[in-house]
Amino acid sequence: MPKAKLPRKSTNIDMTAMCDVAFLLLTFFMLATKFKPEEPVVVKTPSSISEIPLPDVDIMLLTVDTKGRIFFSIDNKLKRKALIEDVNSERNLNLTEAQMTNFAIGGSIGVPFSQLGSYLNMSSDQQAAIGKDAPGVPVDTSVLSPNNELATWVKSARINNPKLRICIKADGDAAYPFVKKIISTLEGYKIFKFNLITNMKAVPAGTAAYEEKQKVAAAE
Amino acid sequence: MAEMDTSSGGGHKKGPGVKKGKKLSTRIDLTPMVDLGFLLITFFMFTTTLAKPKTMEINMPYKDENLKDEEKNKLKASVAMTVLLSKNHRVYYYEGIGDNPDVAPDLKVTSFKAKDGIRDAIIKKKKLVAGLKASGQLGPKDEMTVLIKPDTTSTYSDLVNMLDEMNINDVKVYAIIDISDIEQGFIKETEAASGAQ
Repeated sequence: MPKAKLPRKSTNIDMTAMCDVAFLLLTFFMLATKFKPEEPVVVKTPSSISEIPLPDVDIMLLTVDTKGRIFFSIDNKLKRKALIEDVNSERNLNLTEAQMTNFAIGGSIGVPFSQLGSYLNMSSDQQAAIGKDAPGVPVDTSVLSPNNELATWVKSARINNPKLRICIKADGDAAYPFVKKIISTLEGYKIFKFNLITNMKAVPAGTAAYEEKQKVAAAE
Repeated sequence: MAEMDTSSGGGHKKGPGVKKGKKLSTRIDLTPMVDLGFLLITFFMFTTTLAKPKTMEINMPYKDENLKDEEKNKLKASVAMTVLLSKNHRVYYYEGIGDNPDVAPDLKVTSFKAKDGIRDAIIKKKKLVAGLKASGQLGPKDEMTVLIKPDTTSTYSDLVNMLDEMNINDVKVYAIIDISDIEQGFIKETEAASGAQ
């Protein structure tokens, strides 16, 4: 019986198509995504059905980790300089010009005022390294308390930028009293409207929100 | 297609010494380019975020120390439902506002689970209020109100879950209020009665 001879195929394959796919995906990722913002601590936010996107500009972010440490940051780099000058004069921190410039280009702050000077002397790498052990911005239940340093930050930031939206990004496992302190501080400044950052979750079927969504979908 | 230039090896052989202008293939090996492409894709996948974070807007009730008692809105007990958030993601709820310290409200314990959880309790209460409105026992302006009272052992996720339930069930009026000592006592009693830790 004659053996069926299989033609020997070349192992080289055409890479053109694969190359096309790779670059197509690359283009997609470059255009559709945003760089991850630098995070002082890892925070696992709880999920909600809310679909309101986080505003792009003018946000004040208060990050709260599981241990209740608070990190403060504002996104607008232009306002940061004015903010730190304000805070400096209000709390008599005696920061140098170089320290204030470092703040203006830096990220979030998670140290009390007493350590702010030495924190701002560090390079950004060193700051990131101590970020994990940073004590967080001290906060208290009353805005008037001198220990409520978050209140000073919030106040100065809002004077510099009245449009600022306040977003709280807290870990789901953070105990409620930590968040409560922030809310009372905000309430002390008559801020009753703010945003909580959450993950997305699907609307459960058969509920009022689900029916509402179906109605909107049907109308479109 | 994208193969190495093998034209020198095979093909028709000319005699020795016969030199022919080598015809270069226009095909180039794209493998390194694919490698590079996928490397960059991996980089972008790890360093960027696709989904923008979502936020939940929250309006706290207006609070002012100078506000006189008579200026405050009085809440009818029949439209109110009080939800107490406690440890281990447990949820206690009762109808009314629990303003009478002598009569302990009928505290029920539940959780955030989808079935027989707090959601069903809210839906039930909502229907009840709608029924009272239809029968004229409540004015058209009366809305079902949920009072959320997280205690010190609850977590932030409990609060967000509860606020989310408000959105899910389309409860228009709700407020986050500090828990009172009386209600802390209710929770303790209920826990003691049920033997929960």
